[in-house]
Amino acid sequence: MALRELSSLEKYLGLKKPNKYSTQGDKKVPVLQNNNGPPLLGLATIACHLAKEAKRPELLGDTAESRAVVQQWLEYRVTKLDSCTKEDIKFILKDLNLYLQDKVYLAGNRFTVADTLMYYGIHPLIVDLAIQEKEQYVNVTRWFDHIQHYPGVRHHLPPVVVLKNRIYTSRHH
Amino acid sequence: MELFVSEGNPHCLKVLAALEVTGVQCMVPFLSRPTLPALLLPTGLHLFSSNAICRYLFEVSGQECSEFCNQWLEWEATDLQLCLNCLYIGLYDPFCDLLPSFLIFSLLSLLFHFPVSFTGEHKSVNGWFDRVASIHSCLSAAQKVLQGKGLQGMKSYMQRQPAPQSSQGRNTQPCNCERAFSEEELEAAILNWSKGLSTSPLATDRQHPILPQEGKRNILVTSALPYVNNVPHLGNIIGCVLSADVFSRYGRLRGWNLLFVCGTDEYGTATENKAREEGLTPQLICDKYHAVHSSIYKWFQIDFDFFGRTTTEKQTEIAQDIFWRLHKNGFLVEDTVEQLRCEQCQRFLADRFVEGICPHCKYPEARGDQCDKCGRLINAVELREPQCKVCRQTPVIRSSKHLFLDLPKLETQLEQWLEKSTSTGDWTTNAKQITRSWLRDGLKPRCITRDLLWGTPVPHPDFKEKVFYVWFDAPIGYLSITANYTDEWEKWWKNPHQVELYNFMAKDNVPFHSVVFPCSLLGAQDNYTLVSHLVATEYLNYEDTKFSKSRGVGVFGDMAKDTGIPADVWRFYLLYVRPEGQDSAFSWADMALKNNSELLNNLGNFINRLVMVICVIMNSYLLHLICECYSLFSLSEKKLIRDALKHILNISRHGNQYIQVNEPWKNIKGGDTERQRAGTVTGVSVNIACLLSVMLMPYMPEVSQTIRNQLNAPQSCVSTMLQDNGTFVCSLCAGHRIGTVSPLFQKLEADQIEALKKRFGGQQPAAVPAPAAAVEVVTVNGVDPEKAKQLTQAVAEQGDKVRALKAQNAEKTVITAEVAKLLDLKKQLALAEGKSPEPAPQKGKKKK
Repeated sequence: MALRELSSLEKYLGLKKPNKYSTQGDKKVPVLQNNNGPPLLGLATIACHLAKEAKRPELLGDTAESRAVVQQWLEYRVTKLDSCTKEDIKFILKDLNLYLQDKVYLAGNRFTVADTLMYYGIHPLIVDLAIQEKEQYVNVTRWFDHIQHYPGVRHHLPPVVVLKNRIYTSRHH
Repeated sequence: MELFVSEGNPHCLKVLAALEVTGVQCMVPFLSRPTLPALLLPTGLHLFSSNAICRYLFEVSGQECSEFCNQWLEWEATDLQLCLNCLYIGLYDPFCDLLPSFLIFSLLSLLFHFPVSFTGEHKSVNGWFDRVASIHSCLSAAQKVLQGKGLQGMKSYMQRQPAPQSSQGRNTQPCNCERAFSEEELEAAILNWSKGLSTSPLATDRQHPILPQEGKRNILVTSALPYVNNVPHLGNIIGCVLSADVFSRYGRLRGWNLLFVCGTDEYGTATENKAREEGLTPQLICDKYHAVHSSIYKWFQIDFDFFGRTTTEKQTEIAQDIFWRLHKNGFLVEDTVEQLRCEQCQRFLADRFVEGICPHCKYPEARGDQCDKCGRLINAVELREPQCKVCRQTPVIRSSKHLFLDLPKLETQLEQWLEKSTSTGDWTTNAKQITRSWLRDGLKPRCITRDLLWGTPVPHPDFKEKVFYVWFDAPIGYLSITANYTDEWEKWWKNPHQVELYNFMAKDNVPFHSVVFPCSLLGAQDNYTLVSHLVATEYLNYEDTKFSKSRGVGVFGDMAKDTGIPADVWRFYLLYVRPEGQDSAFSWADMALKNNSELLNNLGNFINRLVMVICVIMNSYLLHLICECYSLFSLSEKKLIRDALKHILNISRHGNQYIQVNEPWKNIKGGDTERQRAGTVTGVSVNIACLLSVMLMPYMPEVSQTIRNQLNAPQSCVSTMLQDNGTFVCSLCAGHRIGTVSPLFQKLEADQIEALKKRFGGQQPAAVPAPAAAVEVVTVNGVDPEKAKQLTQAVAEQGDKVRALKAQNAEKTVITAEVAKLLDLKKQLALAEGKSPEPAPQKGKKKK
């Protein structure tokens, strides 16, 4: 799964030559075979490396603060999101919904790899949501829909239908 | 900027250390909030990830993160944090970037408060660790967060964390038996430990007859009565008697006042037919097969308090009493049924003894209840050209009066009782579901009489020639078997307020135990004890198919004993694969694997590593064990027998790791502190072994006792460990001498397993009597006396030939060829005789 994400990311970044990947361990952590040195281990680490390789450092954040925030969400993706249980899903969506209340993107006002990787990671959760739940977590849904339509991002994932008009009134939530 | 941290939080360590080393100005008030540490940035954004906070602080002070730094941080977040409780960590190369050092240091420092250092391939970690530990910022950060309390300072924070997730991500069935333990519980556990055995009551021997007692928890356990005619296979055994046995043993250890009864179910058509086949009376058939059942269960160490039979006077007495009460209370109805009767055989034919042409699809071999070809259910009377399967005569249709139990009339009462029982008792999910679907389909009157000879006679004058239908009278067998055990059986069976009744069975028996039988008892209105906890298993399959006696597939009855694998290993494996939530399967390969890995390498290995004993002080690993113990108890009570077994194996694994890490065999040769540590470790381990032996008792009673013998442990530890709420006490204290330690388990080799799998895979002929055995001499090793004889002859002849050739000074090549043949023959002979085929050392050629 992680390997497909990385290849989609490469396509988005416009990297002409796709890299060679392998996996390690039970958790199938991705490994990048680096020609210039020892291999790189870890989804977030490799994603950042790719952004640098494509000469798009702004995708990692343009200030010290936004860079820290990007790293924070990358870490969130590979820890909380990837190993969440059914019970955790509610809390994750609730927290994200609150967080995204006043933000267009995860790291403030710019699109970053945090948005990409969080989108890839949260996709299976969103797919399973009912219409009412999608309306309940309105900010998450709005952000998700925005990212999935962002040019060049959605490669290996099917689109999730998001209705423009609310069906459930606010009384239902 | 504001930094929010909390006491005892290891993640704060890293942040504070980073703060100090980077020199960034920050307010550090101490607060307790749910997600900490948190950094409030000047722009108003919050950072809640400790790693992100550290990165930010480093970047702001001018030290950026390299890619390898990224990699370490990611690994720290995904793997290392999760391994907080695991001592054994492999690290790659020591490195000099400070930031990752802080992160890893903060976690490791909390673990290494006792004098343990890495050895062997991980020695390089020590150097790195010492270097980082001496950095002032780390020390002061550690001081701030832990307040000098070491590991204890972290305790309250750690307890509030959720239990670690399994690496498989989303769990479908979270075990809700894990919980955090409060300070008081841990203190109490430590206190109990030091009390030791002296204050504990001695275990008392069982006194028969066991009767309910005031003030005690009185538990009556039954296992579904196996039908006498069928030799039980592994599926039957785990489904009923073995499950009930584990629970009963456990209950006795806990000090409950427990009675476990079972017996053979002997009445019915099948026995009658078998009797006819073998030319014996039904009674003799039952006597013969009852003994077979009894010996099989004995071999499996099933500890019944009483194993009886349904063909007794008490059965007739009690069944007829219930019958009359039902009749008096108006719960029986009469009806006429049309049945096929064979005048030749002088009996009414059961459905499967009639064959004819299916009225729907014209298939000529349709049976009396269902057509094998089109699958439609039919009544025997509908068959065209029916024939009695035994004598091939055409049966005639006769009407016969029968009595029916009016279940619809009892429905309301039943539902009321079910509501109470299923909500207060521990019924397995499948039992509840099956019962519900029976009720949903609507209850109909059930026929309780049959036109047979072998059964409990119906006492009503209008039904003189009839007997009770086996499904009406078999459950009454529980009562009559108890009556044969003690005259005071009514203290168990007519005492619902003092007695809890547990019924163990496979799922196909559920409706009879949850609907039909309770209705009989409710209708009889004699204050009968009804089932409080109904435990039903799913089916056990054999490899990838089903057990089948006729096709010779699967392990039946005493075949298990013949394999040479001890009963305890069979018990262990069957319990390990007990079909609880869904069907499971017996697999030879899997049994060998579990034996070799869990029993031999885990459990057996741990017990065997003990060397000496010195008395102990508590240490944090024991907290783990106590947590496992509590989980174990709650699981066993809920009859999650498999999960409980896994907890026991976990404890053993902890024990192994504990010894592995602490290497007492090495430390004992060191200085004073090391020797004391070694002593502590061995002392704790020995007591863990003692605990394990007690916990294993319900599962593997022989192994359990063997361990105690090897440890020379007093019998009183058995009762102490599991009485009341269970406590882990120091049973083997300073100066205790253990017995001789020897291997507990044998390895199951691959070729042994292959041979067994073949043997039970459906190639043996069905039920061939003893004389055939003399002819079949080929055993597992290929030893074959017949062949050996022929080969001996051949070897002798070939030997002569070679000698002749040599005497004649024949061509060298010819001689070599013949010699080769001779050697080959000798090899084959050795194999056939079961000897090693190694050739004897070559004798040099003698010069003539």
